[in-house]
Amino acid sequence: MSLSAYVPILGLFALAAAFALFSVTVAPFVGPRRYNRAKLEAYECGIEPTPQPIGGGRFPVKFYLTAMLFIVFDIEIIFLYPWAVSFDALGAFGFVEMLLFIGTVFVAYTYIWRRGGLDWD
Amino acid sequence: MSDLQLPHINYAALAPMLILFGAACAGILIEAFVPRERRYPVQLGLSLAGVVAAGVAVITQAGTRTITAGGAIAVDGPTVFLQGAILALGLVALLFVGERSLEAGGPFVAQAALIAGSEPDRRQVVRPGATEVYPLMLFAIGGMELFVAANDLLTMFVALEVFSLPLYLMCALARRRRLLSQEAALKYFLLGSYSSGFFLFGIALIYGFAGRVDFAGIHAAALGSDRSNALLYGGLALLSIGLLFKAAAAPFHVWTPDVYQGAPTPVTGFMAACTKVAAFGALLRVLYVAFDRVSWDYRPVLGVVAILTMLVGAVFAVTQTDLKRLLAYSSIANAGYLLVGVLAMSKDGLSSSMFYLVAYGFTVLAAFGTLTLVRDADGEANHLSRWAGLGRRSPVFAAAFTFLLLAFAGIPLTSGFTSKFAVFAAALDDGQTWLVVAGVITSMVLAFPYLRVVVMMWLSEPAESTPTVSIPGVLTSTGLAIGVAATLVLGLVPAPLLDLSTKAAEFVR
Repeated sequence: MSLSAYVPILGLFALAAAFALFSVTVAPFVGPRRYNRAKLEAYECGIEPTPQPIGGGRFPVKFYLTAMLFIVFDIEIIFLYPWAVSFDALGAFGFVEMLLFIGTVFVAYTYIWRRGGLDWD
Repeated sequence: MSDLQLPHINYAALAPMLILFGAACAGILIEAFVPRERRYPVQLGLSLAGVVAAGVAVITQAGTRTITAGGAIAVDGPTVFLQGAILALGLVALLFVGERSLEAGGPFVAQAALIAGSEPDRRQVVRPGATEVYPLMLFAIGGMELFVAANDLLTMFVALEVFSLPLYLMCALARRRRLLSQEAALKYFLLGSYSSGFFLFGIALIYGFAGRVDFAGIHAAALGSDRSNALLYGGLALLSIGLLFKAAAAPFHVWTPDVYQGAPTPVTGFMAACTKVAAFGALLRVLYVAFDRVSWDYRPVLGVVAILTMLVGAVFAVTQTDLKRLLAYSSIANAGYLLVGVLAMSKDGLSSSMFYLVAYGFTVLAAFGTLTLVRDADGEANHLSRWAGLGRRSPVFAAAFTFLLLAFAGIPLTSGFTSKFAVFAAALDDGQTWLVVAGVITSMVLAFPYLRVVVMMWLSEPAESTPTVSIPGVLTSTGLAIGVAATLVLGLVPAPLLDLSTKAAEFVR
């Protein structure tokens, strides 16, 4: 098998590495320096791990229900897109199948709703 | 746009799974809308009805040999036999799961993930009426049905996940000993998802070798492919790891004792009986249908695994002091005996393995069912020393348990003897003498821990702290009666079921 097909990918790698190197080296020289508190925090990493209160501390894990719900609908969308694109070809069979699929997803959703998974407190 | 060719779907062949999954979805809606007090009878009735209806649907498929749903599902003799076995064993397991008279509110809680010992967790432990376990049970049984019918590796993987995820959750639902139960669930989940990873990577390598994932395609490619054989052997090895993990074969057995001990006892019985049927059903199909052309290459390796499994199960069972752990190691050893039957690679091997799965399933369900009855203030008393002298206090109970232990030990007139005889005979016919020798030796070793329990029960004096044997409710009594009767009947007159399994022992490719 010829390896020449990979040359553009290698080129992209080189370009990406060069860009990263260039930005990191040049930024301290040309960029402005205005420090504040937020800049010293870890970027988008959730709860501050230190300093913790005695006993390890507690933090709410309510987001996990939201995250799980998101996954449910995320997966539903992944199925809906290709179905929508080839709706004409799939016809009535595809339509019924998709209704069944959405139905089962909503069964889970109903359970979460009735059991208070959507209440924030 | 070109017309899509829709696969032909034989709905009658898929009916068992459709019924179970439909009933499970209905069960979730019941959880959502039926008031708490009325959920239990509704859920139990729905689950039993669902399993029975699926059983009827399986029986109507007897004699069918077809591949449907675009090659994803194969309905043939072994599929029908094993699906029927899973449903029959699942029905008995449901009886134990549904028992409410032994413990206020049943042996399960509603929310598995609450921190053990925290305020909400202590509240749910005393609150009766959690019924989440029934839909989970139905999903697990449905997944197992699909697992033994899967005709390509991707369907098999999906089925593996469908029955594994509810099982992980059910392990964490025990009302007593919450922390142990959660530990079991976490261990099972972590190791189980790890082994699923192996399984998936195996599929990738096999696809790399054969360019197909369906079993007929792999079978054809094994004759000669221009790809490296390393892909084939590597893929098969990784695939086997995933399956042997579920079957609890050494060296992939380490989760078994902890999970069996921590899970609620009815769930443990369900896992020991039904998961084993499903795992071995899939293993049989993979080895017999897809990879039979390379059987000379993998038999020595799996033979070593079988011997290791038997040895580990037998030797470690001797050192156990907890009855659930003892039965867990016994279940590992039995996985070894089953592998001996599987490795016969003949029609006899297939039929005797299927017979073994049914016989062992009923015995192990009844054994775990009896464990739920011996209780003290802290719940079940599973420590061996606590059982001393139980024979004097409750002779009928102890006699039943003794009978089950003798069946495990393979004493004649029990199903344990006929099933072991069948797999060993099949292996001998095929020249696998080394496996049979190892099997007989480990059987003798394994008899010791069983007989020690028998001696404990009958020949020791009952102590002050000897727990009482609870009066079983209707459901548990029925389950125990079915389990003990099956153990006895399959020991006395095994011929009808053996004939059935022989008739069923032909895969469709």
